[in-house]
Amino acid sequence: MEILKSLREEASKVWEDFSSPKKARIMVGAATCGKAAGADALFGKIEEALKENGLEGKVDVVSTGCIGLCYAEPLVEIRREGEPSVLYGKVKPSDIAELVKSHLVGGEVVGKKALAVMADEPFQGVIPFKKHPMVELQKRIVLRNTGVIDPESMHHYLARGGYKGFERCLDMTPEEVIAEMTKSGLRGRGGAGFPTGVKWGFARKSQNDVKYVICNADEGDPGAFMDRSVLEGDPHAVIEGLMIAGYAIGAKCGYIYVRSEYPLAIKRLQNAISQAEQAGLLKNKIGDFYFEIKIKKGAGAFVCGEETSLMASIEGVRAMPRSKPPFPANSGLFKKPTNINNVETLAAASSIMREGADFYASLGTEKSKGTKTFSLAGKIERTGLIEVEMGIPLGDIINKIGGGCSDGKKFKAVQSGGPSGGCLTAAHLSVPVDYENLAAQGAIMGSGGMVVMNEDSCMVEVAKYFLTFTGKESCGKCVPCRMGTQHALNILTKICDGKGELEDIEKLKKICMSMKQSALCGLGQTAPNPILTTLRYFEDEYMAHIKDKRCPALACPGLVKFEIDAEKCRSCGMCSRACPTGAAHGARGQAYSIDEQKCISCSACYQACKFGAVIRK
Amino acid sequence: MSTNASNSTDSFCKFEPKREYLVPALQEVQERDGYISEAAVEALAKYFNLSKADIYSVVSFYAQFKFTKPGKHTIKVCQGTACHVRGSGNLLKALKQRLGIEEGQTTPDGLISLEHVACLGACALAPAMVVDDKVYGRLTLPELEKILKELK
Repeated sequence: MEILKSLREEASKVWEDFSSPKKARIMVGAATCGKAAGADALFGKIEEALKENGLEGKVDVVSTGCIGLCYAEPLVEIRREGEPSVLYGKVKPSDIAELVKSHLVGGEVVGKKALAVMADEPFQGVIPFKKHPMVELQKRIVLRNTGVIDPESMHHYLARGGYKGFERCLDMTPEEVIAEMTKSGLRGRGGAGFPTGVKWGFARKSQNDVKYVICNADEGDPGAFMDRSVLEGDPHAVIEGLMIAGYAIGAKCGYIYVRSEYPLAIKRLQNAISQAEQAGLLKNKIGDFYFEIKIKKGAGAFVCGEETSLMASIEGVRAMPRSKPPFPANSGLFKKPTNINNVETLAAASSIMREGADFYASLGTEKSKGTKTFSLAGKIERTGLIEVEMGIPLGDIINKIGGGCSDGKKFKAVQSGGPSGGCLTAAHLSVPVDYENLAAQGAIMGSGGMVVMNEDSCMVEVAKYFLTFTGKESCGKCVPCRMGTQHALNILTKICDGKGELEDIEKLKKICMSMKQSALCGLGQTAPNPILTTLRYFEDEYMAHIKDKRCPALACPGLVKFEIDAEKCRSCGMCSRACPTGAAHGARGQAYSIDEQKCISCSACYQACKFGAVIRK
Repeated sequence: MSTNASNSTDSFCKFEPKREYLVPALQEVQERDGYISEAAVEALAKYFNLSKADIYSVVSFYAQFKFTKPGKHTIKVCQGTACHVRGSGNLLKALKQRLGIEEGQTTPDGLISLEHVACLGACALAPAMVVDDKVYGRLTLPELEKILKELK
């Protein structure tokens, strides 16, 4: 494409300058998780250290997106002139002086902080990034750029093959693009798993002068952050995907509906859109093709993940779903034919058009092609963002990539698919992760959030947590969801408080079934899943709460008491300092005790005591 | 009243008075004032040619919009799944106890408002919370104390 020709030439120079080992460089992971771990505080220290060593202006200091090793945030990459780049983890501001002096000046890698080297061969005893236990089993297609490029640079994206997928589209008819997408086997990564090519085909066939494409970036599932990382780390990939979708269905206008809770993602998207406009890719006629993109900020409603709600929200009314048909492909946004895809689907689409359908279809299982990103969180050793080939055993994700449970505790369950999903247990670790196999176990792939729970998590309480969430987020339009979530939550609360009765289990099951069958949208239809799966795999825990008035995980505040073993207590005062309510009290030289009236069962004292003197009963 | 109201809310006039710009206009007001005042509702109703009830229906639907003026600082505790299993419930409890207010309330001196947020997406660093615009991850109760002390 003519308009990109000179930009591409420029881009390859910029990229070469950036990636070639000729120049020394310090790179800081500054996505939301990096920032939450304190990345911003590092920049000042880096400047200081460079000044002290007389390196001011001689070293590039850049920020990048998330490379996925969130457990080790803040992450800093240091490259010495002519040498490979070394990735350091859990870098504190106080570490910077040593890293600069020892590595950048002295040429000696600081082994205790080094995680990996960004090269194919080991370097000074540090393993290559590809061999890092969290990375080795990954297959990064959607995440190929996050944490590698500067997300605010269009040059970087172009140099890494960016917009080649879109360019290829221009030589094809929209029907051929759709056929290519169908051939790749890509299915909706928002969770439902509907074949993307087929979906595009519906909107293509719908006749209308005005059509819309929407990118659903309303990543509302608590415990999921894949879309945020892609938007923050590689925004152009999503824009390119949306342009390809627009070309395929014949839309001139695209919306990106993104949660307002993701301010950095919004900022990076805005930046990328104006770059694409300046380059003449957007708001400009390319042959017969014209396309523009608008950002719509969400306003904090989980139900907007449902497509008809999302469209109502863009139209400026209460975001309530409506019954289908008519499907959005026929009558969607402003009653025009509309196609909605999730962030990851669109990012994958740009890779598919660039690399070809066969490449993508060669990965994965028979019915679930390609790769899927997951966010690993909860009580797992290595939390972070990963991308794996479909069909990988669940156990490989949890144990090999994630490193198993944190603190040496026993794995109990993993919640897949957020509040709409279900839990899987130790018995499922050999299950291949794809749409069909997860659904067969009562869980769903969902958008890709995986939250790991260990022996300290009470599964009844987990179900209660999800119903609290869905109950709050139910829009209230249909009775099964509005009343069902409330009644189910009441029963679960009763059980957690030790007031449950045997017949509650039957009542719960009945409520769940009627919600599944009769709720208006996906929110209500899937809200019972956490209850149904915990009942299926952890009925004994429900029974312990109901029959023995006991919480086996010692997690339900109403069923657990904290006491201090006077013989083990060394009277150090740690419990009292950790206690937020003043319940743990005492004086030097005497054993401490806990005032039952003031105690809120938060277990702060239990975690603070180094001598095992705090006992949970 | 109406002149005052339109004066205090004219920054949303950059949006066309079309229904689809109502949410962005509300976001503009919320960003500037920290909440949606009655005067703002009135001015928006006039500008967009909608009833006040219609504006209220939208404001009350979305969690982002508040009807009351927030404190100088806003603490939002993340209640996402990862934060939940890593004890964000206890953080919230401790904050309520320490500040003497419930979620959605502001301390009597107007210094701190306490809220929860569905998920910040900082799950790998759970438990997390936001104070104004700054995200804190891997929080512990002693750190919470430190952060509170710094809020003035």
